Amino acid sequence: MESVSRLELAIRCRELRKQYKSRSGVVDAVNGLDLEIRRGECFGLLGPNGAGKTTTIEILEGLLHATSGDVEVLGMRWGKSDDELRQRLGISLQETKFPEKLSVWETLVLFRSFYRAGKDPAEVMESVGLTEKAKSWVVKLSGGQRQRLAVACALVGDPDLLFLDEPTTGLDPQSRRQLWDIIRTLGQQGRTILITTHYMDEAERLCDRVAVVDHGRVIALGSPGELISTLGGEHVVEYAVANGGGIPTEELESLPAVKEARTEATGTALTVTEPHIAIPALLEKLQSLNLHLNRLTTRHASLEDVFVHLTGRHLRDEEVSTS
Amino acid sequence: MKKYQPLKELSLARFREFAREPEAVFWTYGFPLILAIGLGIAFRNRPVEKVYVDVEDHALAAQVTQSLTPHADLVVAVHSGAECRDRLRLGKSSLVVIPGTPYTFLYDPTRPESALARQRVDDVLQRAAGRKDPIPTSERFVTEPGARYIDFLVPGLLGMNLMGSGLWGVGFVIVDMRVRKLLKRFVATPMKRTDFLWSMIGGRLVFMLPELVVILGAGRLMFHVPIRGNLLSILLLSLMGAISFSGLGLLVATRAERIETVSGLMNLIMLPMWLLSGIFFSPDRFPNMLQPLVQALPLTQLNYALRAVILEGASLQSQLLRLLILAAWGGVSFVCALRWFRWN
Repeated sequence: MESVSRLELAIRCRELRKQYKSRSGVVDAVNGLDLEIRRGECFGLLGPNGAGKTTTIEILEGLLHATSGDVEVLGMRWGKSDDELRQRLGISLQETKFPEKLSVWETLVLFRSFYRAGKDPAEVMESVGLTEKAKSWVVKLSGGQRQRLAVACALVGDPDLLFLDEPTTGLDPQSRRQLWDIIRTLGQQGRTILITTHYMDEAERLCDRVAVVDHGRVIALGSPGELISTLGGEHVVEYAVANGGGIPTEELESLPAVKEARTEATGTALTVTEPHIAIPALLEKLQSLNLHLNRLTTRHASLEDVFVHLTGRHLRDEEVSTS
Repeated sequence: MKKYQPLKELSLARFREFAREPEAVFWTYGFPLILAIGLGIAFRNRPVEKVYVDVEDHALAAQVTQSLTPHADLVVAVHSGAECRDRLRLGKSSLVVIPGTPYTFLYDPTRPESALARQRVDDVLQRAAGRKDPIPTSERFVTEPGARYIDFLVPGLLGMNLMGSGLWGVGFVIVDMRVRKLLKRFVATPMKRTDFLWSMIGGRLVFMLPELVVILGAGRLMFHVPIRGNLLSILLLSLMGAISFSGLGLLVATRAERIETVSGLMNLIMLPMWLLSGIFFSPDRFPNMLQPLVQALPLTQLNYALRAVILEGASLQSQLLRLLILAAWGGVSFVCALRWFRWN
């Protein structure tokens, strides 16, 4: 990391802090966050709702002032080169309601007009698959189409750096996949992209590197593969037994090929290096204790497991509890 | 010439959004038209008020009735004394004549129609009895266009509309954009903030033109309200009004983060002007104590100036002070709004 020169960095921030005053006192939304994002990479800020992702990205976008800390974007600073920065950034906010009675085409031309140089709106419209909807009013678009319009509005200025805040939240699976294809294509064109998300699969599929954020700071950083490998095993075996009888965690962790065991609401999850060794050992153990297996699944370890490993919580716990 | 011009595109967007919103179009153009037509019909061709006179049953009653009935404006009836008093009390008649020596007029002097009736009936009876007037007089009636209530009303409605659409068309639209995070999205682009504000005000000025045509046109065609002033003066005056109220609209929208807040503020600003600024009746009728407030309101000045130019054909120069007061409201609002405006 230290070997990367500052010229190669699209974003560099140090000791970033943002405090809000609330009724219950001062809240640290961002609490000493460090980031280095290289030019040309697709970087993800992954964390649960309320982790400080949006606050962070809005500070980087120049829409919020940090309480303290140092931020450099494309080698420039907010407050000194604002217009120059605005010309070179493309931004999709978490939730923007575009004018309902403007068409897709009119909206894109409007946003294009703000930039000195940029792309042909028709070309951008084609790249996000909205050409057929050129004349449709925004109010008639589906959620996925609106989100693609938001990305298109971020692209018409032909930005060097693209910010996408929760680009697929609330979309159906098909719309999410469509957006992923668009974002992946953008990444391949050599653009720097910063995405925030609380979907681990999104971060895994799209991002070259991911910073896992919790309580306003980075708790893990690396490529999705690197992060998963920190678990010590690339597979997860989950099982549940009838009557909820349990085996102590230490006993499970002493089984061959098992790196970590954790008890969850619906059963037990084991991080294992080699499922074909761990599973027979597990079954034997259950047999010997006369426990009946209700469920047994195995899957590749994900960033979700990394988050649970680091914090003991699931990425989407908070969302579930508030919805 | 650049292919994409932000001011042009922003203004076009404003125009399209407005024109595609049937409700906005109705409240801006349809509503004042309906109001003008409704009030115009209500106050048009008011017949000459009849004077209701009762004569108390008496030997001379027939003689009195005979003198009074030839006059078309008098409605005469003969009743018993008690009945006459009841009818007077209930307002069915304005005056009771009790024949005798002397003739007695029974009426409530604080009721204007009764005071009028007393004069009229006395006059008729005296002449019937042979009174000669020392000075010959004649009468000419003035119900010419230009002096009727509808003539007074139409410029007032125009002023009211310029106020309403200026405040709503700028204030409401901006707060709506803030609620939808559209302002924040705009600020995230290199858009010049002045371009944005100019497009809001420019939009207002464009939408004002049909307002002017609709209201003055309807007044002219349906009620023959005269337009004596120079059209250019009327246009410039309306522009000044629209700019002034756009400034107020902008000021109202500087910090409000919810539609409810801005609606409340807007009503707070408009209500005193609806009441005091002479839309439906002359602001000169308010007590002296209130006059400094009444005269300071921008709509009062706009309405005075509109009436002077439209109805009396006054020149714009003669309305300079009023224009300056309007400009001051607009200018101060703009400066404050720019200073405190919350973009995100």
